[in-house]
Amino acid sequence: MKHIRQFLIILLFCFLGELLKYLIPLPIPTSIYGLVLMLTALLTGILKVDQVDETAVFLIDIMPVMFIPAGVGLLTSIEALRPNLAAIAVITILTTVLVMGITGITAQFIMERKKDRDDKEVAQ
Amino acid sequence: MNDFFISSLFFGVLVSLGGYELGIFLKRKTGLAIMNPLLVSILFVIGILLLFPVDYNTYEAGGKYLSYLLTPATVCLAVPLYKQIHLLKQYRTAISLSVLAGTLTSLAGVLLLSILFHLPHSMYVTLLPKSITTAIGMGVSEELEGIVNITVAVIVVTGVLGSVLGEWILKLFRIENKIAKGLALGTAAHAIGTSKAMELGEIEGAMSSLAIVTAGLLTVIGASIFSMIY
Repeated sequence: MKHIRQFLIILLFCFLGELLKYLIPLPIPTSIYGLVLMLTALLTGILKVDQVDETAVFLIDIMPVMFIPAGVGLLTSIEALRPNLAAIAVITILTTVLVMGITGITAQFIMERKKDRDDKEVAQ
Repeated sequence: MNDFFISSLFFGVLVSLGGYELGIFLKRKTGLAIMNPLLVSILFVIGILLLFPVDYNTYEAGGKYLSYLLTPATVCLAVPLYKQIHLLKQYRTAISLSVLAGTLTSLAGVLLLSILFHLPHSMYVTLLPKSITTAIGMGVSEELEGIVNITVAVIVVTGVLGSVLGEWILKLFRIENKIAKGLALGTAAHAIGTSKAMELGEIEGAMSSLAIVTAGLLTVIGASIFSMIY
């Protein structure tokens, strides 16, 4: 029974996300509207985390399989990709590696500096 | 018999989950990063569809129920984000600056390489939103008059690449901090990267979810500026 109520609450936030997107039609998906709404509800205490926890953890756990249909959908766009295939492949691989590297290095660098500063403050 | 497969509603989902289990099995047996369960299952399903042959629309008739759950699952990313909110507050500078750096790298990388390969403007704007989550990326591509189904294809490939190569890339750049790992996976490989980050741990997953939202919004603004450059 617990899971039914949790799934109900989760679907409610999906629906509210849809509603918000209808009211504020920015190029932002329903899911992001819903995520922000649920986070706001959790932070303000309107929603308690144990009212959705188990079902949320389950859905996140099985999330990878939800991408399979989109991946298989590549079958239908392979013709459109063909004329620039080599260029697109190089761009996709290079930028993915660089973006991941640079984001991680930047975050790590700033956090280490902050940590050093905090340590000094403690020492003084 | 073919008629049967064409009309079966459960065949698509069955093959998808079967392919994923096969991927998990191969990954455990070989320990190779390329044996990523998501990649294995996609290739397995494509193989089955071509072999029988089953039309993509038939597969999609069952497969859409998997895609349907994507919105509720993404909304639920609010839960790990909430549980790690203290980290978000503590490291807000590092988080915002690193996602900004990653987003600019993505946009500038696509710009430079598009010039190098003499790609037409329409293809350049099609690729600009390649690192962000599908639904935002589609909107950006449409807005800039790109080719939306190519954008979707490239976004999916980016995500799968991020998931397959992720651990290797993080090691290559010596990224060991959990927060940095999560931000890197989410900024570079959106939701697919995030489900990889979730496998690494809850902090990684929460940071990756945060990066999807932040990078997505920054790209909406950044891509419209970058589209005027070339």
